[in-house]
Amino acid sequence: MDTTQTNATPPAVDAAARERQRAAAGDAIRVEGLRKTYGEKVAVKGVSFAVRRGEVFALLGPNGAGKTSTIEILEGYRACNGGTAAVLGMDPHRDGERLKPRIGVMLQQDGLYPSLRAGEVLDLFARFFAQPEDPVALLDLVGLRDSSGVRCRQLSGGQKRRLALAVALVGRPELLFLDEPTTGMDPQARRATWDIIRALRERGATVLLTTHFMDEAERLADRIAIMDDGELIALDTPAGLTSGQSTTTTEIHVTLGAEIETAALAALPTARAARRDASGKYTVETGDARTLLVELTTLLRDRGLDVSELRVGRSSLEDVFLRLTGKEMRA
Amino acid sequence: MSQIRQTVTTGGPGVPAPAIIAGVPNAAPPSQAILAQTRAELTMTLRRGEGVLVTIIMPVLFLVFFAALIPIPSIASRPIDFLLPGIIAVAVMSSGMVSLGIATAYERYYGVLKRLGASPLPRWGLLAAKVLAVLTLEVAQIAVLVFIGAVFFGWRPAASAWLAVPIVLLGTLTFASLGLLMAGALRAEATLASANGLYVVFLAIGGIFLPVDHFPPFLQVPAQILPPAALADSLRGALTGRGVAGADVLLLALWGGIFLAAATRTFKWE
Repeated sequence: MDTTQTNATPPAVDAAARERQRAAAGDAIRVEGLRKTYGEKVAVKGVSFAVRRGEVFALLGPNGAGKTSTIEILEGYRACNGGTAAVLGMDPHRDGERLKPRIGVMLQQDGLYPSLRAGEVLDLFARFFAQPEDPVALLDLVGLRDSSGVRCRQLSGGQKRRLALAVALVGRPELLFLDEPTTGMDPQARRATWDIIRALRERGATVLLTTHFMDEAERLADRIAIMDDGELIALDTPAGLTSGQSTTTTEIHVTLGAEIETAALAALPTARAARRDASGKYTVETGDARTLLVELTTLLRDRGLDVSELRVGRSSLEDVFLRLTGKEMRA
Repeated sequence: MSQIRQTVTTGGPGVPAPAIIAGVPNAAPPSQAILAQTRAELTMTLRRGEGVLVTIIMPVLFLVFFAALIPIPSIASRPIDFLLPGIIAVAVMSSGMVSLGIATAYERYYGVLKRLGASPLPRWGLLAAKVLAVLTLEVAQIAVLVFIGAVFFGWRPAASAWLAVPIVLLGTLTFASLGLLMAGALRAEATLASANGLYVVFLAIGGIFLPVDHFPPFLQVPAQILPPAALADSLRGALTGRGVAGADVLLLALWGGIFLAAATRTFKWE
């Protein structure tokens, strides 16, 4: 994926001016008390958040947390059962016809015609817009210049994802919904996609994305919302999420030669919580690492358990996520 | 609306991203979007080998085979006068029901319909494009059939042949609605099976190759009630100049209304 210049050079916009613009522009998305039920099942239980204009906002959560339900309400696919949603100041379900020309969408399923060539799909979507981006330049941007004549069914999973990204961008949208945009991409394409998303933010676009990759959220997002079981359980900047937790909490990661019950670890006097991460691998949280280490090693000596690894660490976003949801991302 | 601010940013150095347009709707005129979609629909139909087989090759083979080889106990003076209108009905069923239904079902399965739902092409625009594509295909089908009929079998239209145009439109509405009814409610594989299955059943009891009154009695009632014979018979009436039976047209319209209402109610886009 390389850079292609198709247009003239604009005046440089410095970061401060961009910040002022952003503050003046208000919220691109505003969600209040959003509820969505499917029959008996409550998928979204009263969620509230706002995405500022020009911001990259990541929605994290284990599968079934309600991320896709939320994003699909905002894209106008379904009505909510309660609360309100405003997208670019419009009701996404009722004002779809006015909203759709202004948003770009990447769904979990690529939604490409298998029998059309990559270039043909992009040309088709370009014709839906009055002032589309040049499809050739876009194919170049996502690294598919040489695959323009390839039928979509013959593209690899990662190539299809990149084409779906190009389709989302062809209408030069001011607001992008990217549902797991880099799933299926190789590491190189993921990084190139991050560059594109960052560049879009530079241009003033707003991005709402969901992802399974912690590093993606951490590197890309201005703010991260964590959803679990239909509720919003955390909302902060990446730094705020990790440091806010770790100023008071330190994690001790230990790998043992045998299993131990987590209750015994959690029962240590200075331990706040304990969990089993994998076979023989445990994490204990504490506000006092020095004392806990003494307690822990004493316990292990008394039990006659071998220690193969012991690490004292600051929380990573992944740790924060696990602590808040009690679940692996791909649970 | 004067306070709507249009911001167009353009490509800056080293920034690999498209320019964005903010504050103004960027939708193309519906006619442009629908035309582009129609072209894509036609391209895809012609690329599907089985689509060409069922819409063009099979009707031509039926026409040539039966017109040249099989003596038909006919109400018309010559086999071609009986056959050609029926084969045109087959062409309408193949493009409206089989080709459209199966293609749409797979588009739903692949998530294409859902993705289009987030684009500025309105849903009615997608339907319009699909109908335009089917009608274009039908013009090609009918042109080929009429050409073969006229050149090789000496077929000539009657004065009332123009009546066939509204009848073909009505038949298209009926069978396209039936195709979309299956595509929007059934799984893709189930649509594939039922569209092909119905096609064979309709060929058999549609009065295409054999007049319905030559059928065994227990088959005559379903044959007369179902839409294929109504379409074939009214086309025959128009093209031979024997007159179109109002009952046939009414029956066809009734089925069309039922299929359209059912499709509108049950169609799932994703």
